[in-house]
Amino acid sequence: MIEVKNLYKSYGRADNIIALKGVSFTVNDGEIFGVIGPDGAGKTSLFRILASLILPDSGSAIMNGHDVVKDYKTIRQIIGYMPGRFSLYQDLSVEENLKFFATLFGTTIEENYHLIKDIYRQIEPFKNRRAGALSGGMKQKLALSCALIHKPEILILDEPTTGVDPVSRKEFWDMLARLKEQGLIILVSTAYMDEAGRCDRIALIKEGEFIATDTPQGIIDNYSGVLWAVQGSRMSVILHELRAHHLIKSSFAFGDKIHITVDEGLQAEELKQYLINKNFEDVNVFPIEPTVEDCFMALTN
Amino acid sequence: MKIIKFLIEKEFKQMFRNPLIPRMIVMYPIMVLLVFPWAVSFEVKNIKIDVVDHGKSVYSKRLIDKMAASKYFILHDTPPDYKSAMFNMENGDTDMIVEIPATFDKDIVKDKNSKVRVAVNSVNGTQGLLGSNYIMQIVNDFSSELRAELINTLPPQQRASLMSIPQVDIIPKYKYNPGLDYKNFMIPGFMVLLLTLICGILPALNIVMEKESGTINQINVTPVNRIAFILAKLIPFWIVGLVVMIISVFTAYLLYGLWPTGSILAVLISAVVFILSISGFGLIISNYSETLQQASFLVMFFILILILLGGMFTPVSGMPSWAQLIAAINPFSYLTETLRMIYLNGSTLADVSGKLLAMALIALFLNGWAVLSYKKRG
Repeated sequence: MIEVKNLYKSYGRADNIIALKGVSFTVNDGEIFGVIGPDGAGKTSLFRILASLILPDSGSAIMNGHDVVKDYKTIRQIIGYMPGRFSLYQDLSVEENLKFFATLFGTTIEENYHLIKDIYRQIEPFKNRRAGALSGGMKQKLALSCALIHKPEILILDEPTTGVDPVSRKEFWDMLARLKEQGLIILVSTAYMDEAGRCDRIALIKEGEFIATDTPQGIIDNYSGVLWAVQGSRMSVILHELRAHHLIKSSFAFGDKIHITVDEGLQAEELKQYLINKNFEDVNVFPIEPTVEDCFMALTN
Repeated sequence: MKIIKFLIEKEFKQMFRNPLIPRMIVMYPIMVLLVFPWAVSFEVKNIKIDVVDHGKSVYSKRLIDKMAASKYFILHDTPPDYKSAMFNMENGDTDMIVEIPATFDKDIVKDKNSKVRVAVNSVNGTQGLLGSNYIMQIVNDFSSELRAELINTLPPQQRASLMSIPQVDIIPKYKYNPGLDYKNFMIPGFMVLLLTLICGILPALNIVMEKESGTINQINVTPVNRIAFILAKLIPFWIVGLVVMIISVFTAYLLYGLWPTGSILAVLISAVVFILSISGFGLIISNYSETLQQASFLVMFFILILILLGGMFTPVSGMPSWAQLIAAINPFSYLTETLRMIYLNGSTLADVSGKLLAMALIALFLNGWAVLSYKKRG
């Protein structure tokens, strides 16, 4: 179990860059907890504190009963940390990297092979290749293997899927789901809102603060506004037009659609007619279920 | 222990997978010792000289021939007057002007005494000073020669009076470096320079490279303690430094026949103590730097100070007292002096033990600092 209370962290000469403004949350055993937010929201600072790499200015974090500040030596034994950037030795081979980290933790690949078998098997054919020559997805698998080789109780993964192709991303989340079944606590951060659904619970973070913590469904259920999608051929012009409409509270481009939140009084047909009158003939307006991203937008607006 | 061994193994793997470093370790000492001892020398040779000979006589001709025959001088021109010689000097075509008076022959034969005027371009102080010294030597030689010849032409009573003038000859005996070979003096210095560059710069770039590639994050979340980590960083450079020193010693012997007149063991032991201190110094810089650029700039800056104030090129005893204070804590100056003592003076391990102790203390201090300044969390 992870219990984080009121973490503060600031940087800069006058501590003027505030990365975390009192973050609190708990993660239960056997849970995948996602910290979701844009770049610069404070995800990496939070994870580096939990990995005992930097000290918080104030607040506490207890991981499976160990304080990250006082018991940092124990923390390093029980966590597996994977930084956002690929941080293994590029000039060592796949196998050498894995063996290196196993040895530093006083174990061997053979002893804990069962933990990484599923993942490592996929890169084992390339075990003599230098880590620097691996593809993005394979690097990810190697980094995860190295983070798991000492049988950690808690996995801390900082943006593990950034810069990885969609297929590898899906594979990666499947691997996390299997690890979760083995009883690991997994703390993962991402900037991709669509990955939220793969977590048991998520926290939305913005500018160093958690703005919501719940299950993905709970976050969606809490969404109170009226959400529609608008589809049409001249999207950027439509977006411009929608933003000028006084009954529309917000409008964002979402792939091939525009998501809008509107005042209770407005009807979909009414808006459609309004747009057709403005010469957008092929336009279509219909209500939709909100996604986590819609919730994030609503919460930060 | 097992972990240190494994960490060292990893350092060596990385070192030897770098296409440049293993070659540099072997080629660097050979190239430096092959090229620099010839080029970096305070011997002044080939000074260009203009002679203004107003006499154009037998004796003046002999003096000019004597100067031109010297390995120190090249007779550049014999202009008709001082003014045109001065013009040459101002153009940088000549370094020195010797003016021989019109009455040179007459003076010598009649008065047994004459004067030549020497003007030296002393923009380069060493060249100016040594050049005028060499000229004086040549002129003195010349006058002794003449004196011996002229004595025979004199009537006996005058000869006796001349002979009675006491004459003092200084015959210097050059100890320790009998051939006055500047290379013998400089080569031990170049060995120290090599060790400083290789064992100072490589460690300085090492940890900061792990910071830049992010691998330090992965190391820092492991339970490896920092003494083990720093030792594992240092030991490979100690081994590399020793290899560089052995290559240097043999290169110096094969190229210049220079072998320590003292104990070879003392040479290697002092080198090792020096390597300990300089590699610790490199790691300190690496610990305090965030980027490779910072680290390389810092290490270059400090190494320059170590070298220039280290007595390799200019003797420490001639420096102002603040510089001598720096030399007292500069491992570079200790090893330069130690190696010269062992190579040239034939010193033994016991003779240099004081300097070794000083270097060992510096090494202990720097390595302790290197361990303490390495923080596993910020």
